[in-house]
This record gives sequence, C-alpha cells and structure tokens, in this order.
Amino acid sequence: MSTYLSKRLLYMILILFAASLLIFALYANTPGDFITGNIKLTAERKAELREIYGLNKPMLERYGIWLKNALHGDFGYSLAQQKPVLQLFNDYIWNSFLLAAVSTFLTWLIAVVIGVISAYRQYSWFDTLVMIGIFAAMSLPSFFIGLFLIKMLAVDLQWLPPGGMITTGSNATGMAYVKEVIQHMTLPVVVMTLLGLGSLTRYFRSGMIDVLRQDYIRTARAKGLSERKVLFRHALRNALLPAITLVGFELPSLFGGSIIIEQIFNWPGVGQLYMKSFGLRDYPLLMGFTMLLAILTVLGTLLSDMLYRVADPRVRL
Amino acid sequence: MKPLLKVENLHTEFRTDEGTVKAVDGISFQVRAGETVCIVGESGCGKSVTAMSMMGLVEEPAGKVTGGAITFGDDDLLRLNKHELRAIRGHELAMIFQEPMSSLNPVLKIGEQIMEPLMLHLKLKRKEAAAHAVELIRQVGISRPEQIAASYPHELSGGMLQRIMIAIAVSCSPKLLIADEPTTALDVTIQAQILDMLRTFKESSGMSLLLITHDLGVVAEMADYVIVMYAGKIVEEGEVTALFADPKHPYTRGLLKSKPVMGRRTEELYSIPGQVPNPLELTPSCYFHDRCGHCMEVCVSREPLLQPLGNGQKAACWLYEEAKIHV
Repeated sequence: MSTYLSKRLLYMILILFAASLLIFALYANTPGDFITGNIKLTAERKAELREIYGLNKPMLERYGIWLKNALHGDFGYSLAQQKPVLQLFNDYIWNSFLLAAVSTFLTWLIAVVIGVISAYRQYSWFDTLVMIGIFAAMSLPSFFIGLFLIKMLAVDLQWLPPGGMITTGSNATGMAYVKEVIQHMTLPVVVMTLLGLGSLTRYFRSGMIDVLRQDYIRTARAKGLSERKVLFRHALRNALLPAITLVGFELPSLFGGSIIIEQIFNWPGVGQLYMKSFGLRDYPLLMGFTMLLAILTVLGTLLSDMLYRVADPRVRL
Repeated sequence: MKPLLKVENLHTEFRTDEGTVKAVDGISFQVRAGETVCIVGESGCGKSVTAMSMMGLVEEPAGKVTGGAITFGDDDLLRLNKHELRAIRGHELAMIFQEPMSSLNPVLKIGEQIMEPLMLHLKLKRKEAAAHAVELIRQVGISRPEQIAASYPHELSGGMLQRIMIAIAVSCSPKLLIADEPTTALDVTIQAQILDMLRTFKESSGMSLLLITHDLGVVAEMADYVIVMYAGKIVEEGEVTALFADPKHPYTRGLLKSKPVMGRRTEELYSIPGQVPNPLELTPSCYFHDRCGHCMEVCVSREPLLQPLGNGQKAACWLYEEAKIHV
C-alpha cells in the first residue's frame, strides 16, 4: 500500500511537470499577448511594459521563473485585474463550486434511482418513457434549454430571476441572502442536472442490468430475500462499482466551472472569469487555471483508485 | 405416504425472437421424504429449468411456467403469491447451483451471506446468526471458520465456495434441497467430497435431495430414483438399480453406453450420434427418433407416452408400445 502510494505520487509529480511544460509552451507560443491587444499604447510604451512584465525574456527563462514561483504557491498576478491569480480563483471558484456541487449531487441521486428502477423494470412503459426522456434531454443543447427556461420561468411567469447570483443592488445578509442565492441558482442547477442526467442514467441502467443477470443475484433470490434486499443490498453496490471511475472525473468539473451555463445565467463563476481573461490574453490567469484543472484531474484519478480500494474487496493496491 | 414434492404436468416456456421454446414440456414426478431423486440428461434438455420452475426463479418476462402444479407439502408452489413463496424459498426448499465461483456476492463477506437466511427465516438476532454461521462453516468441513466468515468470496477456492453454498442452503434445515450440477465446475477429488457432504447432511437431517446432473457416475453413487429427460420430456424413469441393470429407452442405453468404464480400454468411446434437436423445430414425434438406432415409422409422426413397464420402470418409447399391442 505505502510503496504503491509513493510510486503513485512520483508519477503524479512527473505528469504534472509535463503538464506544466505543455501548458506554458502552448500559451507562450500563442500569437499576441495582453499588450498587443491594447491599441491605445504607443510602440515605446509597449516595449516598456514588456520589459516590466518580463515578456521580452527567452521562453525557457520565463518558464523557469513561472515554475519556481508556482512551486512556492504563487501563480503570479492577473495582468487585466492586477490581483494575485490565486485570490481571483478564491473569489470565483466557490460560486462555480456551489452550482456544480448541488447539480452533481442531484444528477447522481436521480440517475441512480431512475437507473435502478428502469433496469429492474426493463422494457416496461416506465423504462420506455425514461429512455425517451433521456434521449430528449441529451439531445437538447444547453444554450437552447437554458434560454428557453429563462423565457418561460423568468420572463413570462416571473417565478425565478433570469440571471446573476443576487438581485442587482441588493445588500441582503443572513437568511435573506441565502434565500436570494437559492432562487438565483435554481435555473442553472436545473439545466445542468438535466444535461448531465441522461448519460449517467444510461450508465447506471446498463450496469444494473448486467448485475441483475449475475449468478449471485439468483442465489440471493433463492435465499428467499425480498426484492428490495436483492436490489439494494446485493445488486446496487456491485452496479455502483464501475461508477467510481466517474467520481474521479467529476473532481475537476466540480471546481472548473461551466463556461456556457455561467454565460447564459450571468453567474459570477470561474468559467466566466476564464472566458473574459481569454479575450484579454491574460495569460498568467489562464495558465494558472489550466494548471489547477490538471492538478485536480490527477488528484481525481488518485481519489477514484483509493475509493475502489475501499469499495471493492477484490482490489488490492 | 404422501410424497413431499409432487410435480404434475409442468410446462415452462421461453419466448425468443424465433418462436416459443417449450423448455419443460409436461413432466410429472415426485420426491418422497428422505429420498434422493436424480434428473439426468444432456445440456439443454430442461433439467435446470425444471429446478428453476420449482423455485419460482424462471427469468421473466422471457420465461414463464405455463401450466401444471408443483405440490410441496400442502402448498401448490405455482399458486402461492410472491410473499408466501419467499417464505418457503431458502427455508423449506433450498437450492445450490453449478458455478460456486459466481454464485456468491463478491462484495459481501462470507459470514454475512450465510447469516441472511438465518436472520430472515429463523428470525435469529445478528449475533446469534453470526455464531450459527461460524458453526455452519465448521460443519461443511472448513477449518478456521471464524477467519473464513470474515473473508470475501474471491479469497476462497471453488470447492470451498461450494461448501459455503451448501452451508447457506442447509442453514434453515430444508425439507428438500435441489442441487443443480453441484459438482460440474469442480475437480474430481473435490466432487467426491461435496457429494459425501450432501449425503451426510441428507442422512443426518432426513431431508430429500433432488440432484440434477449429466454425470451417470454421480447418479449411480447418489440416487434412489432416476429420471431421464430429453428435449423437455421424461423419456424414462425408475429405481436406480433396475434402470442401470436394464435400461429400456434407447436414449438411456446410449447414455449408459457412452460412460467410460474403469479398467476397460476401448479404441473409441461410444457417443450417441447426432445432436439434441432444435427445440423450435419439434413436431409431434419421438424427439429422439433421428438419433435412434431403432427408429420406426410411427416414431417420426406420433409422440410416445410414458408407460409403466412393470418392475416400477417407465419409458416413453414406441418399442414397448408395439410389444404391448402385439401381446
């Protein structure tokens, strides 16, 4: 176990090192930077600024400086906002995390319940309806369903606010603030859940169908156990095992924000920050964010391997 | 004396894309208390489906018991509701399966899996059930039972797992144990141990055993009464000694002839020519006619019925019907 872990950590460091090299090289070689985009500046002023930001140094040297600072936990300053990159992340990521955590939780819960029932009642009318609904939900683009729900629920019926995280100009505190945020997050969460539900439900349904055919399910029934026990004690745990791989993939998306959804609902999340920075060629922030996703992805895989170890007695590390 | 189990005119069908398969086609038999009955036949002749029909475990909606009666004790198993059937299943009527390796849940501890029926049917408390489970593991001849109870199925060998399956099946002292090819997946030395164990349990508890097998060696060793099935029907049945001494049906004779005999070397082992017929293409006939050396005109066009032939044996074959007509 401990030799596995130390080996695994070594690989992780190597992967992250390679990722940092790749990320830096890609952004550094992309034509244009934060300064070229600003047409108000004179050529002398541009050269002066490049000198200040260190952009005139050779690429390898710039990478060395960036990596050294990053290893000390300093991902530099956002050029556009003149704030430390990490502080900006801290300002925006938790907003994204709020949306992602709630919608991921709902997606998994609903997908497990519907997947189990429709696998158990395969080819019944319930199963058929679910399958049609799932394909419909999967086929709808997020911008369409998002705008459609805004039109219906926010503009026409005025049940929910159309966008933002709090009402403009509001300075609610305490429970009033919480209530306001919940109202604002309802629509984006609904859209994100709808979009994620389809593939996950199909995943659980097919996993459950496989498990229900296994010999040990027949044994469980032969013992005289109730169908509820057969399903939830004997089948579900085995059907959930392959989904542990997905848990690892969920980790980056929990913090990575959603560019389209946050744009549609004007949610002040990290996805919006990323889009805005991209337009401005704010490379320190973009590199920091991409690196963060790389770290989360590597940690996510480690996490899912650890979870396998806990959940499946056949897995030894 | 009233038999413990009486199966009458059982029909089980499976709907497939190509048509309906009559997997079990009107079979009747009985098992008395303390008796061992063996059902023999090639793969696909309906042995396992018969057992599954009795347990109420036929895979729906593709498969369905379409007719007949299965009287077990005072109940007709086919008329019971799901709740009543569950109370009998695993309690008075238990079953073990062919593949011990895949018959236990990989993520639950052995002990847990033995405790389930104890807590369900005998209403034992968790602690009592755990103690009883360890005792059961000891009874099926596994050393270090406490340690085994705490391990997972993948940590045990096939032979040990089949012992565990037996421990689960006999845990609530069933009146009838159905064993569907219990030794097929195991190697020969383990087979003998498993059969011995089944016999020991049977003798000490007085339970009946319905043993499904294709291995005539197992039949000779275990059976009191033998039922030979072919393509969903019973073609011959009788007391084990009588049937082995004087098999009537050409299929039974073929089966006995294709069994290798210790100490006798032959150039080539006998095998019945041809294959089991496609169950979708059966017409009224003796289903064995195209593989039979005694095939007559009547065999191709009419179905022979199971007839008593004196000495307790029965066979479904036109050879004996003809004889009776002539006499």
